[in-house]
Parts: sequence; structure tokens; C-alpha cells
Amino acid sequence: MELIVASTVGVLTAGGVYLLLRLRTFPVILGLALLSYAVNVFLFASGRLAIDQSPILAKYGEATYTDPLPQALVLTAIVISFGMTAVLVMIGLGAYLEAESDRVDIEPEMRDATDKGESA
Amino acid sequence: MHWIILPVVLPALLAPLIGFVMRHDIVLARTASLAGTAAFFAIALGLTTMAADGATHVYRLGAWPAPFGIILVLDRLSALMVLLTGTLAFIVLVHAIATGWDARGRHFHALFQFQLMGISGAFLTGDVFNLFVFFEVLLIASYGLMIHSGGKERMRAGLQYVIMNLAGSTLFLFALGTLYASTGTLNIADLAARIPEIPAEETALVRVAAILLMIVFAVKAALFPVQFWLPATYANAPAPVAALFAIMTKVGAYAILRVHTTAFGPGVPGTESLAGTWLFPAAIVTIAVGAFGVLGARRLMPLIAFSVVGSMGTLLVSVAAFSTTATTAALYYMIHSTLAAACLFLIADLVVTRRSADTLHPEPATAQNGLFAALFFAAAIAMAGMPPLSGFLGKLLVLDAIRAPGFIGWAWSAILVGSLFTIVGFARAGSALFWKSTAIADPVPQTAVDAAADTPSHATTVQVAPVMLGLIALAALAIFAGPVSAYLDDTSAQLFDRKGYVDAVMDPVEEG
Repeated sequence: MELIVASTVGVLTAGGVYLLLRLRTFPVILGLALLSYAVNVFLFASGRLAIDQSPILAKYGEATYTDPLPQALVLTAIVISFGMTAVLVMIGLGAYLEAESDRVDIEPEMRDATDKGESA
Repeated sequence: MHWIILPVVLPALLAPLIGFVMRHDIVLARTASLAGTAAFFAIALGLTTMAADGATHVYRLGAWPAPFGIILVLDRLSALMVLLTGTLAFIVLVHAIATGWDARGRHFHALFQFQLMGISGAFLTGDVFNLFVFFEVLLIASYGLMIHSGGKERMRAGLQYVIMNLAGSTLFLFALGTLYASTGTLNIADLAARIPEIPAEETALVRVAAILLMIVFAVKAALFPVQFWLPATYANAPAPVAALFAIMTKVGAYAILRVHTTAFGPGVPGTESLAGTWLFPAAIVTIAVGAFGVLGARRLMPLIAFSVVGSMGTLLVSVAAFSTTATTAALYYMIHSTLAAACLFLIADLVVTRRSADTLHPEPATAQNGLFAALFFAAAIAMAGMPPLSGFLGKLLVLDAIRAPGFIGWAWSAILVGSLFTIVGFARAGSALFWKSTAIADPVPQTAVDAAADTPSHATTVQVAPVMLGLIALAALAIFAGPVSAYLDDTSAQLFDRKGYVDAVMDPVEEG
């Protein structure tokens, strides 16, 4: 169980970082989505893994329970990352339509209007 | 006492009202936004007087006791930061309205209010997860403001800014998860109480969380090696927005001060020397990056953006010492550099909209060349740290506070040489923009004027007033340096009184 969750987080993060470094809008957005999935699973696991347990203390004493706080944190994180992804898609689309290129990095001639002939 | 939550609630209520009800009436939106920001400033002033008694005021939402419920904490430091935000916001808003920037795209005022809400919430919160939430609020508003009025380069720079910050937010969540897994709490006061109880050999995860958090805050504070987003963002943002963003880098510096002093700070085995060890060399390199950037910039806006990077370096060198005297110096320099950077961006806006581009080459002198030159000169000497304005005193305080052997050599040479580079860079920019342009007697017909075409060449009093106000604030900061630094001494003493903070927050007795 721990191995599956840990390797899931690891694989998702690795994929996210790889896609983040692609420097084209669409892979970068996918990469950020993967990263946010990874972090959601990670946050969820930060309250320890407990299977088939209720998030409330049923009875004081020997009863085990799963920590409810990380679940609330994950919910907040999911909502925020969902909204942020939507904003990112809109801004990425806007930048693509304005510049007619989906590159994320700024090309040399855009950095400085005065030295257009200069190469990077 | 519900005053503490007002700096968050007021803009939060006003912003949707402006966004939905007043979106077709710019005059109404301007009036509401101005009134709201003035009220924000008044509330901030009230909170500052309230916090001046030295007590740590705690606001428990829903009256839940501290480690379980959401809390806002008002002490001298957070009150000071909210007041600084209010001052800056008012100056920037008047400028944006007077120059018509707010009418060049939609929803400027609604986003502006949301931005105020996020910033003041980040300063007031006493919980690291809510710090994350307020970071997101201020970021999502800043994305909208960053690409306000559009344009190819601005969209491109805005996209980079958004991606950078989304990656930073993910890292923030990883840090919070690690912290929660190892301590079982995210309340700053509870963290401060629990982390010292962890045996030193078991603090590995806490140390990881502390460093991850520092990287996240360093992204916001534009610290080397994660400073690269700042010049492109600030240089391409609308000038009033760039001026407002001057406080955003300080949110990062504030978060480092708050979290790494209170939770991981001095006296905590395992994490106490962690932040300073990494922060100091990074801040030194940041000063160098800023200085070389100022010297090498070919356009006015990147030049100012790099001077902001350099000033963040100076500020964080002082923060990295984690001592009361150094924190006093850091806070003084923080107030100064926020206002100085904002002034520079606002003047740059006045100048650049009257020229064909913001490149640093002589063009025929604009109307009121002398006035703009004088304002630019005043703001530039403030930023570079020359007397008589507060930059000189701020840098003097920082230099005076860092006397520890092993630090003094690096810090003094970096700050002094960095200041020299900044002076040279600004002198070069000023002479190209204002002095050499007077030599071009015959005004050639303007060809490439696009955005400047519809703006009047003469700046009205209202357009110049915000810059003047900022410069007067800088002068006042220099004149009243004694009382201000005495107040800041109390502020940093309160910040380092970790026990007082924990006791005030965890106190089960309700304040009413």
C-alpha cells in the first residue's frame, strides 16, 4: 500500500517536472496538472494511510480513525488547482493567439526591441 | 474586536460588487475603489495603533480555540505590513486612475481589491495553510492585473509568471504536507510550540519542510536562484501594477521572517541555523544579479525591475542574520524599498508614455522634461541609497546590523559595490533619458507613437501627485527615522519573543 502510494507520487511528480520543462504551453499545462495530482495524493497521505476507517472518532480509546484534516486540505488544494488550471489555459490561449506561437520562453527578439539582429 | 478581519473582508466584499454591479460604469467603479482603498488605509492605521500597545491580538474565526480553528494574528509586524500595503495601494490607485490605466482593460478595480484582500490576508494569518490560500488569492488577482490591457509581450510574460507561480504553489503544498506529516499541525504558534519538542536526530523531515518553505518564499521574494521571473514580469506589467507588485516581493520576505523566526527560529534544535546558512549566500548573489542587471539594462522598465531584485538582496541579507537589530534594519529597508520601487515605476510610466519606447536612447525632450528629470533623480537616489532620502539610512542600518565576522566582509562589499553599480546604472539611464534629449533641439515628427498618441503631453497635477506623495513618504521616513526605528525595534523584539506569540495564540481565554 505504502509502496504503491509513494511510487504513484514519485512517478506523477517526475512526469510533471519533465512536461514542465518542455517549454510549450500544452505540455506545461499537462505537467502542472500532473504535479497537482501528485501533490494532492501526497497531502492525502500526510495524514497517514488508514483503510476503511471513518474520519471521526467513533469511540474514545482503542478505536482507530483516519485524520480528517488532510482531506480538508486536499479538497481546498483541488479547488484551487482546478481554478488555477482554468486561468492558465485561458492565459495560455490568449498568449498563443496574440503571439501566434505556443512557446513559453521569450525569444531573443522579444526580449529587447532594439537588438533584433542579435542572436541569443 | 472584529477590526482585525476587516482588511480581508472589506476588499472581499467590494471586489465582486465592483466586478458585477459597476463594470459598465468606470466612474462609479473608480469612486468605489478609491473609497474602499481609503477605508482600507484608515483601518490599517487603526490596527497599527491597536497593535502599538505591544500585545499580540488574536482573532479566532467562529470562536474556535487556536490549534483547531482558523486564526488571524495582529501584532506590530503584521499591522505595519498592512499599513504599508494600504499606503502603497492608495498611491498606486490614484496614479492608475489619473493616467487612465484602469480604463485600458476590464475589471482593473475588482482585481485590485482582490489583490489587496490576498496581501492583507497573507500578512494577518496565523496559519501556514491559510498563508497558502491567501498566496493563491493574491496570485490569481495578480495574474489578471499582470495581463491587464493585453498585448503580445505582456501575455507572453504573464504566461511565464503564471507557470512559475503555479509550480511554486505545488512546491508550497509539498512543503505543507511534509510539515503536517512530521508535526501534525499547520498553525504557526502550534508549530512553534511543537517543533522544539522533536528530538534533534528526528528532525530530518522538519528540516526538509523548512527548506522547501524557504524556496517557496524565495520565489515570491525573487531570491537567487529563483529570481529570473521578476525582471520579465515587472518590465512587461502595466506600470501601476508593477508598482503594486513592489509589495508582493515583500510578502515573500515577510513570510520568511514570520515562519522561519517563529516556527523554525532561534532556539529550535535542528532548524535554527538552517535558514540563515542558505539565505545569506543566496541574498549576496541576488544583490550581484540586481547590480549587473541595472548596469546592463537597455530599457527603463527592466532597469527598475533589476534594481528591485538588488534591493530584495539587501533586504534578505539583513533578514538572514535572524537577530533583532538586523530585523529592525530589514524592516526599515523594507518600508523604504517598497515605496522607492513604486515611485520609480510610476515615474517611469509618466516618462515612457510620452516617448516612443522605453529604450534608453535620447529622444526629443518631452514636455516638462525638467520636472520628470527631478522626480526620477529623487526616486533614483532613494533606490540607490544616497542621502538625503531614506535609502541611505536604510542601507546604513543594514550595514551596521551585520557586523558578525565571516559575514561583514561579504555583506559590506556586496551592498556597497552593488549600490555603486546601481548609481552608475541610474545615472546612465537618467542622462540618456533627460539630459541628452535636451541636446536634440529639432523635434522630429513622431512616428512610432502608439499608446502615447491619446495621452496629453503635459502631466496634470493629479498625475504627478502620487509620485510626489511617495517621495514625501520617503523623506518623512528619513526625517522621522528615530521614532520609526524605535517602533521597529519593538516590532522585531516582539517577533523574536516566540513564547509570547505562542501564549497569546494558544490562550484559551476569549478576548470577547
